[in-house]
Formats: sequence, structure tokens, C-alpha cells
Amino acid sequence: MPRLVSHPDEVKIVTRRFGQGAADIARYEELGGYGSARKCLELGPEWIINEMKASNLRGRGGAGFPTGLKWSFVPKQSAKPKYVLVNGDESEPGTCKDHLIFLHDPHAVIEGTIIAGLAIGAKMGFIYLRGEYRYLLQIMEKAVAEAYAKGYLGKNIFGTDTEFQIMTHTGAGAYEVGEESALMESLEGKRGVPRIKPPFPAVVGLYGGPTVINNAETIATVPHVIEMGAAAFAATGSERNGGTRLFGISGHVERPGVYELPMGYNLKKMIYEVAGGVRGGRKLKAVVPGGSSTPVLLPDEIDIGMDFDQVGKAGSMLGSGGVVVIDDQTCIVEFALRTISFYQHESCGWCIPCREGTDWLKKSLTRFHAGFGTAKDIDNIKYLAENMMGRTFCPLGDAAAMPTLGFVKKFRKEFEDHLDGKPCPFAKHVEVALV
Amino acid sequence: MSAETMTVFSPQLSERFETLMAKYPVKRSALVPMLLYAQDEVGYLSDAVISEVAARIGITELDVRNVATYYSMLRFKPVGKYNVQVCTNISCMLRGAYDVYERFQDELGIGPKGVTPDGVFSLEEVECIGACCWAPAIQINYDFHDELTPESIPGILAGYRFKSEVPSDGSSSLGWKAEVPSDGSSSLGWKAGAEVPNA
Repeated sequence: MPRLVSHPDEVKIVTRRFGQGAADIARYEELGGYGSARKCLELGPEWIINEMKASNLRGRGGAGFPTGLKWSFVPKQSAKPKYVLVNGDESEPGTCKDHLIFLHDPHAVIEGTIIAGLAIGAKMGFIYLRGEYRYLLQIMEKAVAEAYAKGYLGKNIFGTDTEFQIMTHTGAGAYEVGEESALMESLEGKRGVPRIKPPFPAVVGLYGGPTVINNAETIATVPHVIEMGAAAFAATGSERNGGTRLFGISGHVERPGVYELPMGYNLKKMIYEVAGGVRGGRKLKAVVPGGSSTPVLLPDEIDIGMDFDQVGKAGSMLGSGGVVVIDDQTCIVEFALRTISFYQHESCGWCIPCREGTDWLKKSLTRFHAGFGTAKDIDNIKYLAENMMGRTFCPLGDAAAMPTLGFVKKFRKEFEDHLDGKPCPFAKHVEVALV
Repeated sequence: MSAETMTVFSPQLSERFETLMAKYPVKRSALVPMLLYAQDEVGYLSDAVISEVAARIGITELDVRNVATYYSMLRFKPVGKYNVQVCTNISCMLRGAYDVYERFQDELGIGPKGVTPDGVFSLEEVECIGACCWAPAIQINYDFHDELTPESIPGILAGYRFKSEVPSDGSSSLGWKAEVPSDGSSSLGWKAGAEVPNA
């Protein structure tokens, strides 16, 4: 069972029901649950969208798009049914926050989905969980059944004449399906390859109908925004970045875990105080601030606020909030190789720059880490990565190229230390890397 | 093939499929979940499974294969009754996942993608399973085990070996029920290299 952690600096909004048995509907309601959905039913779509806009809630999947604005793009009138699609395909290495949400607060996901449905005028929502999360799917299925039994889902939700249905859905192992258009393809029973945009999902989405797609954390945050009010939620975060975020701190720290901290919380403080510093008193070497696809930061670059704008300004991305901490005993070339191996494995092969690029990068880095690299290889790795950027349908190509570029730029010396048959200074898993 | 007369699925699974197909706005949306649930019951996507899923949804077998090959959890060969999946992605790697992976290989006496001769265990390296803050983590079938050390592995394996030998009610963590013959293999073809009866 995943361990829950706690720190005095946490502001528990989304996690406030964690560890309190809220997977049970009665307990969820005791703790204030389903009040927000009732309120939204009364106040109507326009009020909901304005409230979401005012809250400065931005998408927790990684892109940070303002949620209220996204919802407002859905046309009021539509010949085809509209849908809400909750993205629980959580697969970005370093990210395990949705895992805890499904485990501890499944009804918050349901309530958020209902509210999104009310806002855009949808009658149906889907909650898509990655295939590996079977025990969490069972928790979600039970919660959905409870909500139906109470009349909070169905033809007449909360005794009104409004209809809203929810279905849970399991994937079967695919990182790329976390991209919104690939997610829709997967839900339609196809290979999870991305669609070209435009049209955007808000206009032509699932089954051709207007569709809002939100990350599970975003959706689970929605009822709390309604409950505490947009102004109070916005005030909790930093400028243009409302509320809190579930930061998953992993890697070489003393106290890894998922911590809920206000947007804009200082990254250095997060590592050294909240997570207890680098494990075993070692020195910090690098930090991946928002999941494996975000460019690496050096120890002198981490005195920044963790929100979408400030991390962007520092040359990286807040991404999924998965902070991976790397100590000075780690080989960055091996780390870069493991990262690119993942993207090579997950590339769907639809776009050539991604399919070929990730493969070439993996081969180059494997050779490099094994001590057979040449000086030219370093520039070649950079050249390959640069030519993948922005040249693919979905962001997987960028997600593979961005961290690679970061490693080569910021740790060039370490790449050079692997040249001309020199053994890896940190040699440990060379043989594994060759597999 | 008529699904009613020649099914390879249990009545419960058949019913689940019918319900799923009826609930989605488009029948085909049930495809990926159906494949996964069928795999849970049968052990892998045999030709018979693919053929029946295609027939039930009303698409070609080729179409089913085209979709199935995209998803990394779907497989076309049997694995052990307990499939050990070791995450070695970055967060787990930093906290010793490769040591854990090596220890599993030593304990089980098999390499990557191997199956033990008794068919009880198989082993594979997998990508991020979403347990990064509790690394290193693994899944055995759908069960998560986290914050592992190499030393904790023999105990975990012993637990599953015990379950495979003395099943209390014949059920596994995959949710299927099976008669477990005395030789430790199951009637569902978990024994390595054995033919699945229904395939």
C-alpha cells in the first residue's frame, strides 16, 4: 500500500480526505462531499465556467492550460452528444499522484466529472485508468456504483431532470494514450495514435462529439474549487497559478512521497525541507522538475517557485509535478539512456521523427555509455533531438527530445568523460543498458 | 463462429462482455477492456480469444490484432501464473531497481521474459507503473509491491509460491477461479509450454 506522507508546509485541499475512508460514499458525504455538485446544479453552466476561470486552475496533466477556458471552448449547441473524458492514464515516469487520488478519494473524481459535465452540457463522462491500475479501477467502479445507487448519477441526478452517466474504462499499457487525442482513439477501441489538430477535442472529440479532456487531478480539484470559492483557491497559489499541486518527490531524497503544496512553492525548500534533503547526506547533482520529459535543472537553478510560469522561465517545465532528485553518485549518461529507452519503447511509430529519432538516440546513448562514443556523437545526439522537436503530431517526440537536449547541454563534460573507451565513471549497469 | 455455441470464455466473462458492449455509445469501445479481461481469464490472447472477441464485436480478426499489438500489457504467449513485472524506470532505477531485478533473476533462475519450468513465475522488466514515490516497485500480476530491497524478494516469492501450491479457494489475484492440479499447473494452461485447453 502506498505510504502517505505529511509535512507542516502542506496545504491540504485535494488531499484533505486522504486516509479517512472517503472511498466510501457515506464517509465522503460526511466530509462535505457532493455539496459542490448540488451547488453547481443550482447555479448553472455559466456560473461554473466563470468560477473555474476565476480560480486560475490550470491543467495538472502537464500542459497547464487554464481549465475554465478549456471548458468555455465547448460549443453550447451541438448536434452530436458532448462528453467529459477524465485522463487517468498516469504514465509519465516520476508521477504517481493520480494513483493516490483514485485510492483515497474516488468520489472526488466522480463529483468533478459531474461538474465538468454540467458546465459543458454533457450527459456522459468516461474515467480512463491505465491498465496497470486494476485495483484502483475496482475502487472507482465501486464508487461509481455507489453514486448510481444514491441517484447522484443516472437519468435524474440529485432528483433533478438533469442526466449524467459515468463509465470507467481500462487501458492496457500505453504511455502515449496519455495524450488527449490518442486517449480518445484508445477509448474508441483503436490503436492509441494521435489525431491531427485542429479540429480540437472541444469541437470534434470522442465519437466526433465536443469533448472536454482533463487530467484526473484537475477533475478531483474541481469540487474543492467550488467548495472553497474561486477567489480563495486562486489566493492559495501564485500569480496565474491557482491552488495547490500534488508534487510527487522521488529518487534520492530522504522522504519521498506525494506532498500537496501551494503553487509557486520553492523547489529548493521542497527538496531540502519537505523531502528531507538528499539521501545519505550526499550532494545534489540534478533535478528533473516535472516528470521525465521535462529538461533537467542544475543545483544552482532550483531556487525557483514551482508553478507553470516560473519553471518555464527557468528553462524547464512544471509538467506533471513529478520531481525526480538525482545525487552525485549517478551517471547522467545512464540516466539519459534510461529516459530515452522509455520513449523509444513508448513511441507509437506514427510519426517518423519520433519513431526513428528515439531509436537512434537510444542506440547512440547505449554505445556512448558503453564507452564506444566519439566526440562527434555528442553533437549528433543534439542534432537528432533538435530535429525531433515540433515535428510530430503529438508531444511524445518533444517529450523525448527535451530531456535529452537538457542532459547534453548541461552535462557535456560528463558525456566527454565517457569518450574513447573510457569506462563509465559510475559503472554499474552497463550490461543492462546494452539489452 | 457463433459466440453462443463455441465460447472460450466463462459465463461470467461472457456476461461482462455483453454488458460492456451495450453500455458504450459504440460497441467497439469495449475492445481493449475485453481483450485485457479475456487475457486475465485465459492467460494470453490465443487465436481462439482473438477470433471470439472479433466475432462478438463484429470486426475482423486482423483489426483486433492491429489494436492488440499496440498495448504493452496484451500478450500472445502464455506467461507464468504469477507474472513478476519489475519497474526499472528512472525513479525506481535511482533507488536500486536493477538490484531488485537481478535478485529476481537469481531467485527464480530465469532471465528477462523467462518462465520458471513449473510455470508458476515469469519475469519481465517494465516501464513506469506509477509508484515512483514508493520506489523501487513491482507488480505481480496486478498486485503492487513497493519500497523493495533485494532482501525482501525471497519472502514475496515464497508468499506467491505458497498461494500457488495451497490455494484456499482456487482463486488468484487475477480474479479467475481454477482447479489447481497437484503438479502445480493450472487447468488454464499456465504451465510453461503447455497448450491452453481451449485454444
